[in-house]
Amino acid sequence: MREFAYARPASLADAAAAFAAGGEAAFIAGGHTLLPAMKSRLRMPDTLIDLSALSGLGGVTREGDRLWIGALTTHAAVAADATVHAALPGLARLALQIGDPQVRNRGTLGGVLANNDPAADYPAAALALDATIETDRGAHAADDYFQGMFTTALADGEIVTRVGFRIAARAAYAKFRHPASRYALVGVFVAQHDDGVRVAVTGAGAGVFRWAEAEAALAGEFSAAAVKGLVLDAADLNSDIHAGAEYRAHLAGVMLAQAVGEA
Amino acid sequence: MPTTITINGSEVARDIAPATLLVELLRDDLGLTGTHIGCDTSQCGACNVLVDGVAAKACTLLAVALDGRAVTTIEGLADGETLHPMQAAFRQEHGLQCGFCTPGMVIAGIEIVRRHGSDVTREQIAHDLEGNLCRCTGYINIIKAIEAGARAMGGTSVFEAQGEAVDA
Repeated sequence: MREFAYARPASLADAAAAFAAGGEAAFIAGGHTLLPAMKSRLRMPDTLIDLSALSGLGGVTREGDRLWIGALTTHAAVAADATVHAALPGLARLALQIGDPQVRNRGTLGGVLANNDPAADYPAAALALDATIETDRGAHAADDYFQGMFTTALADGEIVTRVGFRIAARAAYAKFRHPASRYALVGVFVAQHDDGVRVAVTGAGAGVFRWAEAEAALAGEFSAAAVKGLVLDAADLNSDIHAGAEYRAHLAGVMLAQAVGEA
Repeated sequence: MPTTITINGSEVARDIAPATLLVELLRDDLGLTGTHIGCDTSQCGACNVLVDGVAAKACTLLAVALDGRAVTTIEGLADGETLHPMQAAFRQEHGLQCGFCTPGMVIAGIEIVRRHGSDVTREQIAHDLEGNLCRCTGYINIIKAIEAGARAMGGTSVFEAQGEAVDA
């Protein structure tokens, strides 16, 4: 890695000030996406601002119809949390499918959502569960937050503080994971809310997106039979050495049926 | 950057460049070469260490970020000449061939016991080794070794102890 300056602020205000101090700064939480990107020089920040010492950005609470999870909560903590299991067991199972045990001990929810890797798992949950992404400056609705590959509604220097997932009557995630990277080749999160069904797809395209045809089919009848044979339009999907666009389009239908079956 | 880390029970105070990875500090500066670099891409698990008792990949941690924390490497597991029960189990069950992945496997085994307790099943062990690669494909004996090590270590899952849901 190239050399960089390092700061570990104790408050959100100090973190924001460090970011504003100039140069190319980047926030780091668990670091399990950023550090590999820095090793390969895809990212070369001048300053790393470590958020891990900030207080109040962990923990899980249930408030009304939302499950709030602090941005610094690790995947391992989400997977093991009794409140998450009670409110949204599908979200706990998703967390358990990220990376491997050592990665889950370090990686954080806020880090994943700020990074918005097009094959990351949490964005699918956030979009299907109509999440509110709270930051040090306000809040974003998931429908507006995810804006394609590594792009979000976050302004420069804006810090995710906690995420409120809308608790669904039924919710589940099915993922065909790449055996080496553990990222989703295709992942589908389905959530049945009082006012309709939301289906989010990750790994297949340039960023997480909702699947309108699947939502409409499941609104009529929430069953695997209702979505039998449904495939995504391959036109806008990723095609790479791991899978072609048509393969991903078909795989999305398979993951959709699996998620509905598990929900 | 002035940094103090407790490594294998001893306080290490150093002025560390921020770009230094924990695995580089351990191997290059401290001579603790038991922590191996297999892939350097957070996939193989050969660099697993314990940070405050929780397993992590030393190739994906900044040393300066561990100021005030405690790190245990493979060198810190034995009590004098007495091997840690997980190390002893790897020897007893022949849980290694070339040995390159072994330090990370032993740490992963200890992490598995922390998560699942001493009555962990072979299926749980096999699943939880998803972050460790053995190029000799010696997984059968590694799984046997971790099972034996778990029984020898005793104890319950940290999640049960905390009254939290046990993850699968």
